[in-house]
Amino acid sequence: MVELDSVMLSRMLTAMTLIFHIIFATIGVGVPVMISIAELIGIKKKDRYYSLMAKRWARGFTIIVAVGVVTGTAIGLQLSLLWPSFMQLAGKVIALPLFMETFAFFFEAIFLGAYLYTWDRFKNPMTHWWLSIPIIIGGTLSAFFITTVNAFMNTPAGFNMEDGVINAINPIAAMFNPATPTKVFHVVSSAYMASAAILATIAAVTYLVKRDQEYAKRALKLTVTATLVFSISTAIAGDLSAKFLAEHQPEKLAAGEWHFETEEGADLVLFGTLGEDNEINGAIRLPNMLSFLAYGDFNAEVTGLDQIPDDEEPPLWIHYFFDLMVSIGMFVLGITFLYVLMTYIKRWNPHNKWMIWALTSIGPLSMLAIEFGWIYAEIGRQPWILRGFMTVAEGATTSPHVGAMFLLFFLLYFVLGVGTLVVLRKMFKNHPAEIELEHLYKEVDKGGER
Amino acid sequence: MGYEYIGITVLWLFLYGYLIVASVDFGAGFFAYYARITKKDHIMNKLISRYLSPVWEVTNVFFVFFFVGLVGFFPDMAYFFGQALLIPGSIAIVLIAIRGSFYAFESYGSKNNSVYMFLYGATGLFIPASLSTALTISEGGFLNVTESGVRLEFGELLLNPYSWSVVFLAIVSVLYISSMFLTYYADRADDADALSLVRKYALFWSIPTIIASMTVFIALSQHNPEHFNRMFDYWWMFGLSVLFYLITVFLVYSEKLYGWAFISVMFQFFFAFFGYGASKLPYLLYPHVTISESVTPDAMGLALVIAFIAGLLLLLPSLALLMRMFLFDADYIKGKK
Repeated sequence: MVELDSVMLSRMLTAMTLIFHIIFATIGVGVPVMISIAELIGIKKKDRYYSLMAKRWARGFTIIVAVGVVTGTAIGLQLSLLWPSFMQLAGKVIALPLFMETFAFFFEAIFLGAYLYTWDRFKNPMTHWWLSIPIIIGGTLSAFFITTVNAFMNTPAGFNMEDGVINAINPIAAMFNPATPTKVFHVVSSAYMASAAILATIAAVTYLVKRDQEYAKRALKLTVTATLVFSISTAIAGDLSAKFLAEHQPEKLAAGEWHFETEEGADLVLFGTLGEDNEINGAIRLPNMLSFLAYGDFNAEVTGLDQIPDDEEPPLWIHYFFDLMVSIGMFVLGITFLYVLMTYIKRWNPHNKWMIWALTSIGPLSMLAIEFGWIYAEIGRQPWILRGFMTVAEGATTSPHVGAMFLLFFLLYFVLGVGTLVVLRKMFKNHPAEIELEHLYKEVDKGGER
Repeated sequence: MGYEYIGITVLWLFLYGYLIVASVDFGAGFFAYYARITKKDHIMNKLISRYLSPVWEVTNVFFVFFFVGLVGFFPDMAYFFGQALLIPGSIAIVLIAIRGSFYAFESYGSKNNSVYMFLYGATGLFIPASLSTALTISEGGFLNVTESGVRLEFGELLLNPYSWSVVFLAIVSVLYISSMFLTYYADRADDADALSLVRKYALFWSIPTIIASMTVFIALSQHNPEHFNRMFDYWWMFGLSVLFYLITVFLVYSEKLYGWAFISVMFQFFFAFFGYGASKLPYLLYPHVTISESVTPDAMGLALVIAFIAGLLLLLPSLALLMRMFLFDADYIKGKK
């Protein structure tokens, strides 16, 4: 039984805030890209369906951004409230990216307001489209900066520590620590992928309930193609991340892969369960694949958990999360590939029932994969908060009131979550795209499309 | 000048910026609710929502900027304030979260829900009250610092006249600044009904504002005499603040130059806020944290200052663009765009 002390409660509260925030943050980074693409296609092709798509997505997006902003504010403050000793130490080294993240956020906030309230204000529609670019830049840069902070916690760099005193700080080296490139690539790419996939799910559901099918077909084509492109880049980023882990954080890879003994030609363990004494049951073993995954060489030596001191070993249950994340990624990649393939082969109907049903699943699944991936990444560096320098227990607050705050925030996230769903539903349920299109563009030919 | 002084000036500027834009926002929420229960909401709401919708997110950023910058420039503050402020900090987060998201829910989702309106109005007064706790604590006397951690003495805080005088000042200032801004905005919008309503609010709230400012002075002289005495070194700043206060009230009373009146409000708070801030130094948290001991190492200080300047070059033109679009575009304000 785990003891519910301040440390454990601080971990739980931070985890809860992040798990909730990530949903909104991910969409916040990725959806502007999709809005911008749809608006551009709408302008270039003079296709009002795409312009409407951009508008509808933007309207839903504002609700998501609002919750993203407030939960982001929460995690920003909670860092200092729950982990004061950690912030006192690490603040000296990572203040720069934290600070710059707020700049990026500021930049995005300014142009988001400008974008949302100027749809019909300019004579040239391209002027309005240009306003979407700073939103994308701001959102993606926020993701970049905040990911460098997390990367730093995994592979601290850019300072020296002697007897608990930090000196010789190099803020740039801390920001561009070894984990930064792969982490940023993976985070940004998967955020784009999940956002496109969520919009694809919405389009697929719209199509399934037999409403606005012209609109839904176009939305599907755009979102599924985008999901495919982004899931390919996410897969590449994932592969690079595995190679990074093998080199810099072998304990995380080993725990995730249940790789106990250091050996050459290591097997990849898929699924399975772990019995007592760490024997693996019911797993699929792919011979030598772990070595290949880690080093691009089937016979390379992969560090096992035997090389890691027992008290620095991450929990072994992260294996399930690693497997789930990768499986979902592969599934989404496969399904979107199939859909895109079918749209190019005349005889096949990409809008058959099975395909549409499968596509309804990719949004929620991609979001789950992002949560699983973060759980794997975060639990995989336990017991460290600053790998090699500070354990989680040393960083936590000593306040006795964390438990009450956990309940308070649980209630808050519950209300926000329900509120978001209710408002989004209200916003779209009684306002189908076709009607909105007719309403917006009276001159549009109304015949034959419904 | 060391990085610590650049740092604290930058941070203080952002806190000042937050004080102004957030007050407009918080007060507007209260007035919107008040107008509704007095059946005058048809006059107020359009005005408020046209201004607030495009900028509410920007308001929030000022706040995030301040505390991220504070921890960046002065990491020790994270240790003391982080441990002590878990409860008031968390309550402030929850209020801000409810307010921000419900604002979006209401303006983009379901219109005119009374519960939303109430929450929006109430949080607008509770947030400044809970945030001002941090400033109160920084005057010392409320923390119990031991080897095992930092504890906030709640009983002490709740019974102290100084802490209540600060809460009172925070709330009335919010209503004063907000009504002054709305007066200006209503005038720009040529909305005579709204103007006569908010102008009354503005004149009304100017009275408790000046009383509360005096009360805080007196309470501080009891609570932290050392700080109180340093304030006299900056007497001219407080003097200017009072002067601008008189100018504001005169302009609004004589029904002219509302734009200048609001600028005068900004100067009034600028001088009071910077006079207060400057006289606090060298303490950030009396008597535990001083500005020079807690500052981040030079390398990071320099990096932050460079980042700050680069960021400003990006932000100022963008902010100017936003203001031109929504704040100073007469057609937009009047509802024609």
